[in-house]
Amino acid sequence: MTTSSSLVYLIALPLFGAATLLLGGRRTDKWGHLLATALSASSFGVGLYQLSQMLGRATENRAVTQKLFSWISVGDFNVDASLLLDQLSICFVLLITGVGTLIHIYSISYMEHDENRRRFFAYLNLFISAMLLLVLGDSYLNLYVGWEGVGLASYLLIGFWNQKPAYATASKKAFVMNRVGDMGLSFAIMIAFATLGTTSFAGVSEHAHHASEAALTAIGIMLVVAAAGKSAQFPLQAWLGDAMAGPTPVSALIHAATMVTAGVYLIVRSHFIFEAAPTAQLVVVIVGAITLIFGALIGTAKDDIKKALAASTMSQIGYMILAAGLGPVGYVFAIMHLLTHGFFKASMFLGAGSVMHGMNDEVNMRKFGNLRKFMPITFVTFGLGYLAIIGVPPFAGFYSKDGIIETAFNAGGLKGYLLGGTALLGAAITAFYMSRVMILTFTSKARWDDDAHPHESPALMWVPIAILSIGSVASGFLFTRGDALANWLNPVFGEHGEHHEAHLFEPIVVSAMAMTAVVIGVAIALMKYQFAEVAGVAPENVSIFTRLARKDLGQDAFNEAVFMRTGQVVTELAEKVDVKVIDAAVHGVGRMAIGSGSILRRTQSGFARSYAALILVGSIVLLLGIWVVTQ
Amino acid sequence: MSSLVTLALLPLLGAVLVAVLPSSNELRIKQAALGTTLLTALFGILLATQFVASDTALQFAQKNEWIPSFAINFSVGVDGLSLVLILMSVVLTPIVVLAGWHESEGGRWSAKVFYILILVLETMMIGVFAATDVFLFYVIFEAMLIPVYFLIGGYGSGERAAAAVKFLIYSLFGGLLMLASIIGIYVVSSNAGYASFDITELSDLHTVMSSTTQNLLFLGFFIAFAIKAPLWPLHTWLPDAAKAGTPGTSVLLLGVLDKVGTFGMIRYCITIFPDASKTFTPLIITLSVISIVYGAFLAIRATDFKRLIAYTSISHFGFITMGIFAMTSQGHSGATLYMFNHGFSTAALFIVGGWMISRRGSSTIADFGGLQRVTPVMAWMFFIAGMSSLALPGLSSFVSEFLVLVGTYTRYPVAAVIATFGIVLAALYILIPVQRALHGPTTPGNENLKDLNLREKITIAPVVAVIVVLGFYPSPLLNIINPAATHVLEKAGFSDPAPTMNAGK
Repeated sequence: MTTSSSLVYLIALPLFGAATLLLGGRRTDKWGHLLATALSASSFGVGLYQLSQMLGRATENRAVTQKLFSWISVGDFNVDASLLLDQLSICFVLLITGVGTLIHIYSISYMEHDENRRRFFAYLNLFISAMLLLVLGDSYLNLYVGWEGVGLASYLLIGFWNQKPAYATASKKAFVMNRVGDMGLSFAIMIAFATLGTTSFAGVSEHAHHASEAALTAIGIMLVVAAAGKSAQFPLQAWLGDAMAGPTPVSALIHAATMVTAGVYLIVRSHFIFEAAPTAQLVVVIVGAITLIFGALIGTAKDDIKKALAASTMSQIGYMILAAGLGPVGYVFAIMHLLTHGFFKASMFLGAGSVMHGMNDEVNMRKFGNLRKFMPITFVTFGLGYLAIIGVPPFAGFYSKDGIIETAFNAGGLKGYLLGGTALLGAAITAFYMSRVMILTFTSKARWDDDAHPHESPALMWVPIAILSIGSVASGFLFTRGDALANWLNPVFGEHGEHHEAHLFEPIVVSAMAMTAVVIGVAIALMKYQFAEVAGVAPENVSIFTRLARKDLGQDAFNEAVFMRTGQVVTELAEKVDVKVIDAAVHGVGRMAIGSGSILRRTQSGFARSYAALILVGSIVLLLGIWVVTQ
Repeated sequence: MSSLVTLALLPLLGAVLVAVLPSSNELRIKQAALGTTLLTALFGILLATQFVASDTALQFAQKNEWIPSFAINFSVGVDGLSLVLILMSVVLTPIVVLAGWHESEGGRWSAKVFYILILVLETMMIGVFAATDVFLFYVIFEAMLIPVYFLIGGYGSGERAAAAVKFLIYSLFGGLLMLASIIGIYVVSSNAGYASFDITELSDLHTVMSSTTQNLLFLGFFIAFAIKAPLWPLHTWLPDAAKAGTPGTSVLLLGVLDKVGTFGMIRYCITIFPDASKTFTPLIITLSVISIVYGAFLAIRATDFKRLIAYTSISHFGFITMGIFAMTSQGHSGATLYMFNHGFSTAALFIVGGWMISRRGSSTIADFGGLQRVTPVMAWMFFIAGMSSLALPGLSSFVSEFLVLVGTYTRYPVAAVIATFGIVLAALYILIPVQRALHGPTTPGNENLKDLNLREKITIAPVVAVIVVLGFYPSPLLNIINPAATHVLEKAGFSDPAPTMNAGK
């Protein structure tokens, strides 16, 4: 395979920025944000250079690697610190550094008055670096380093204003729930090594057909657990809404465009596992289908503009995960939707930031209204993102989402109807809740507080948004023209020829159904919010469904009741055992040894008998434990 | 004289130097102690560069007759395992001295005594890992209790006397069992025609031992080591000792002395009693898994910084013993690397935690709050120490923890799976105190805490550097550890399970 000596700069440049800003401290306050932005842009430049090199090579030689050093080597466990850039990872590299740089620029202005702006930029650089390692690592263990690295950056940025206890709690919640997912990734790597003797993508891919289907299914399901944690998919989705505690540029970059899509990358990258493990693949589509509806429903009831967008992100990633479980055609649409979503969702989040900027950091949409008059640029860019996400042709989301709905129907049989129907229903709900956001914020009557003086944001903020809007408008068309993205990616999936799957419906029929769903969703939103009075405070007398959606469909209540309470009981029990049983026994033995004359008395008083009983019970439990653990 | 013996004698010479200095000049005493420990560290690093990793024989070896009538020799030497532990000890000691520059002040005795105790302890730490004669090992193993006992009881805080006694009695009990086993070894080897305490010669002794004898003698050693390590349920002395001791003492106690337990399991239990080790493996793996989860549970509920760190260590020692008794090369190398990394990770926690505690005058976690905005550098250092404790990839502890997990999984998948839940628990037991102490609004009483001074920054910098560098580039240590680990496993008759895809082909 072709080697390159410059891949490492992609990661090293922003890492250098993070280190300089963190170690340099206050000395770098004046220019830290500029350095960080420049380094992120340089990384984008290296990415473009790599793309140009890649285009110059024949299809089968496009992937390049760079071995840095031997990282861990013990017995047969050999992991190199090694990077792989192929047609799949270059998409991510350009998305991460491109959108990342725009968001750096936006943040220069957005964070201007924060006394810790330098620290913010250090974290952003750290994130870019870790995210690039995630998509460039050539083995599951290298990916793991980036995987937890972005988790750390996310934790630091969600808790950027952690002097507020609720924000500190939100960051901790995100880290812990992500670690549940990371545990899945650990399991997957352990099973892969025990079964195949390797953890590299190439190695696992090459040997996968030697492994039993049971082992591959186990690896696959564990990868889904990992993806669910990082990408806020059911049942590990509960952290994403709270993550909106972070500054809005963070929500745009990490919790919309890039990090949360890492789960999609993981599943698509591991296509060789899922293709050989149909059960695991089924789990992928089920998780995706549940989450796309779950997120969409939550989105219908949120009044906080950022939380509404977060719910939408969850739902849109659900679409991507669904597609990632639908085989080679699905992979392409998963990645396509990931990229188009990266543009339109980032632009809408930054737009939300722009709105907050003009509205004294208000996030409650019931206090917005009629802002199109006062923030025309933000209105237009947000509007383009809106048209893209609900899937109006010819905007970007139309191509990618339509592709997913069509592929879902083509899954065949009952499964095809169920998945396709779910995706259609999701499209209708998406159209509804996004229209609701649009109307409440921009086109309904003004409901501001008296001290609000809405104004357009400075150019440093709206220019990056405008650039992203170009992506919202044109990217879908460009990706599908002549099957450009499919032809580009297919070599990675071992697909070369044209695909002709049995169509359940003609593509035009699917588009018609999707458009109908969108029209219905928009119409309901118009009736409820544009042509009716909107209350300035959320009404109390609402249906049980609305109440449930406001409470995130009970996700937190469930986690608290099942996991937190159990955890509290168990840890409390452990503490009691430690003091009242183990340490008490130690002291008891000590007393017996010291006062041998009193042993008889203790026998009479029942101490010895209770110790004997304790030892008996303990031994039985221990024997049981040994039997379980050494299976 | 072997350069290894020179290394061990350096701190002792320093102790003599400190002893002749006038007690009134505390600064000079501290400088002498720091100078000696730094010199020892430099010499130790130099020694390590001369070590030939590929050679599995004991290096820098020296053997002198000691008590010939019982075949007892003064013999020392190192392999990869003992070398990395000696390296860890000599690097940590000057850091401890510099970190706890004022630790001797609240003591029952003078600063002079404090530093003599530390220096004598350092000689013993080198000696206990370097000894290749079982009897010599035993003597140092027991003698080490004395300086630690006085360090906790004389310079600690709170119920220091009670904690010191609890530590001593636990340890003496274990030592007694080990002594019985050592006598047993002498009897068995005499009957076999060669009375010996030499670790290399004893590695063939198991061929002439009945399984009952082997099991009994194994248990004598193992229980002593399991107390030291400490393994559940023999752990209750540790939180008390860590709570009462000065932070510096706790670094040496948890970071170095407890490793004698896990070191002993490899060097003595597995090498001399391979068959008994195999017999007891299921029990030990089970106790290790319990330690991992149980220690983490207690850490999650901890309300005191020092006890918190002690509980996390119980969990971490569970990982180490699990890795050792998984009997795979990844498990063994991972466990040895874990011992080294845990030394630095725990040192960072105790040192920074110690600074926080001495500034605030309290070790209760709830007394802190909002430190990130009052003392940002100190808060960062505590955070990095915490990340190291929860084994964040990119930091050194991740490499060792993952090696242990993967090395265990290939032989005991269920144990590895349960242990992996430990990584979620670790996130909880680190992030809960991080949130309480560093985040949120500044708790009253913390507004005027001072951030780290230059001395403190210089102290913590090398610790953080080791944690970060070895996270990305552990090869220098793994290259030393791997041959030793493989050698131990081969001698004991274990080989790595092959990938299951090849099974039946």
